[in-house]
Amino acid sequence: MSNTRRPLNALKIGTVALVALALLPHVPGLGSDFGRSLLSQMGIAVVFALSYNVLFGQTGLLSFGHAVFFGLGGYVAIHVMRAINHGLPLPMPLVPLAGAAGGLLCGLLLGAAMTRRAGTIFALISLGVGELVYAAMFMLPGYFGGEEGITASRTKGFALFGLDLGSQLAVYYLIAAWVLIAAGLMQAFARTPVGRMCFAVRDNAERAEFVGYDTHGVRCIAFAVGALFAGLAGGLHAINYEIVSADAVSAQRSGTVLLMAYIGGAGHFAGPILGAVTLTWLQTSLSGYTSAWLLYLGLFFVLTIRFAPGGLAGLILMHGPIFHTRSFRRVLASYGIALVPTLVMACGAVLLIEMSYRLSTQPELGSRMRLLGIAVDAASVWPWLAAVLMLAGGFLGFRGTWPRVASAWERASEEAGAHRAVEAS
Amino acid sequence: MNIALSLHDLHKSFGATPIIRGVSLDVREGERHAIIGPNGAGKSTLFNLISGRTAPTSGTMALHGARIDGLPPYQINRRGLARSFQVTNLFPRLTVFENIRCSLLWSLGYRYNFWRRTDALADATERTEATLERIQMTAHRDTPAGVLTYAEQRALEIGITIAGDANVILLDEPTAGMSRSETDSAVALIRSVTQDRTLLIVEHDMGVVFDLADRISVLVYGKLIATDTPAAIRANEEVQAAYLGAAHA
Repeated sequence: MSNTRRPLNALKIGTVALVALALLPHVPGLGSDFGRSLLSQMGIAVVFALSYNVLFGQTGLLSFGHAVFFGLGGYVAIHVMRAINHGLPLPMPLVPLAGAAGGLLCGLLLGAAMTRRAGTIFALISLGVGELVYAAMFMLPGYFGGEEGITASRTKGFALFGLDLGSQLAVYYLIAAWVLIAAGLMQAFARTPVGRMCFAVRDNAERAEFVGYDTHGVRCIAFAVGALFAGLAGGLHAINYEIVSADAVSAQRSGTVLLMAYIGGAGHFAGPILGAVTLTWLQTSLSGYTSAWLLYLGLFFVLTIRFAPGGLAGLILMHGPIFHTRSFRRVLASYGIALVPTLVMACGAVLLIEMSYRLSTQPELGSRMRLLGIAVDAASVWPWLAAVLMLAGGFLGFRGTWPRVASAWERASEEAGAHRAVEAS
Repeated sequence: MNIALSLHDLHKSFGATPIIRGVSLDVREGERHAIIGPNGAGKSTLFNLISGRTAPTSGTMALHGARIDGLPPYQINRRGLARSFQVTNLFPRLTVFENIRCSLLWSLGYRYNFWRRTDALADATERTEATLERIQMTAHRDTPAGVLTYAEQRALEIGITIAGDANVILLDEPTAGMSRSETDSAVALIRSVTQDRTLLIVEHDMGVVFDLADRISVLVYGKLIATDTPAAIRANEEVQAAYLGAAHA
């Protein structure tokens, strides 16, 4: 019965996603060029993070060098764009395919050697390969353009049906279309025989060998598929920015995609999507408000690992079983109560971080600053005292409200358990 | 009588320590063959050699007449040999259904297929459901293997081993740690799932061994000291001295 229901569900989800992606750039607040550019970045990040999770969540390969395939795919794409600029009769919207082909080729070549071993050895090798490729960027400036990178135009050349990519809106729609295609294909890959075996190899590689599978072969295929879609994301990046430079393959980009997959939740297909959207938004908006945004990102990551190892998707899915219980409202209410001291605690922490940052990294701006709309003088003792009090008070308050959350949860899960028992009998 | 599995002068040393010291054995097609022996005799090492988990130091092994020594586990499995493990060895985060299905995809010929939807493969679904029925785990089909009870995990362990097409089955202490009643149902399960197959089993429970086996081999300090029918093994003085006597004393 589940066999006939699944494709229908996929169709439903696909339709909803299609409509949402079509309407998003017209939502107030996202209707500007800035908003559409942000959405485009998110789309690229979504494809990249999903491609990372083919390795990480699905096959259990922790890679520190996944940007290699993003970048190399991007370089192939930007060179194809240059060729189009010079008269190659290829429609621009198909350029991401060139990126995908580049990613796949590099993934097969490097992956065959890299996936011989899993676990720590694979992680270290991926780190080494990442550094190696980054260094090679500067050794072959003819092809990679070194620090400055390679540029091309997305508007110059053969236009199919008069479609051109002059506006950010058109670029966004192109990216959105590729996001849908790529996400659908990766989801489909997870359901193929070899896709299922990736999960098995992740869980227990040894046992997989004893049911007939060469785990190196399975890992190699997963790696190539991940590299293919990373290359496709790199191709979208080339179209969106019209430049690809060495930072496309950098260790920092490899690290960011790991954070996206982990914070979003590697255990669920939608996790990396959530992570990519959240982190891209944080990167672009937070960096506009504070120079300490990387520190907040790090804090966010540490808190996720410590308190929500299933990531954002895990946090949401956790509520599935109790969603229909009558006590669910009580759980929500307890969250609301716990939120108050949490916010106080967070305000205290932000105040401390911002004042320290200002004094230590930007003393030339002086000690007077505006935080959360309030004028603060970091040279005086009072804001420091207030910040510490808020942090400590918020923490104590949080500890005080936590039992309420716990008991609401307990009641709801008991109810859910009873409900399930009734259903089963 | 055809020989399913043939071991010839098999040796295995870890460093300077010999563990298997010249084992030769012919397992006949269709028989249930038990290997017994005191702790540390090398029974699990012998299984690891046969299944390709470790390579023998010297000697040869043949499965249905074709050499398998030195092959990796997946090659040996593809030639028709499957094994279970003494320490439960499942896919813990996958459901019971997925555990079984992943174990028969290769032998159904789907291999590294990346263009078909697994749920749409009618033969895989059918075989998986039939296997679940045989190991009586249908009710747990959507449960992750990691949260099953110990006895259920042992049953699934056997299910994974027999799900594919392998006609030579190696079971490594399938009833270890089970209660009397659990053991009884495990023996019934083993008897039914190894119908028309060749079974090689390592087992500590003498009741199980004498109940199940057509022939028994006794392994002591890396050497087989006897291979015979249960009745003859029971009467063998050397065996009694080396093993049964000690165990029953």
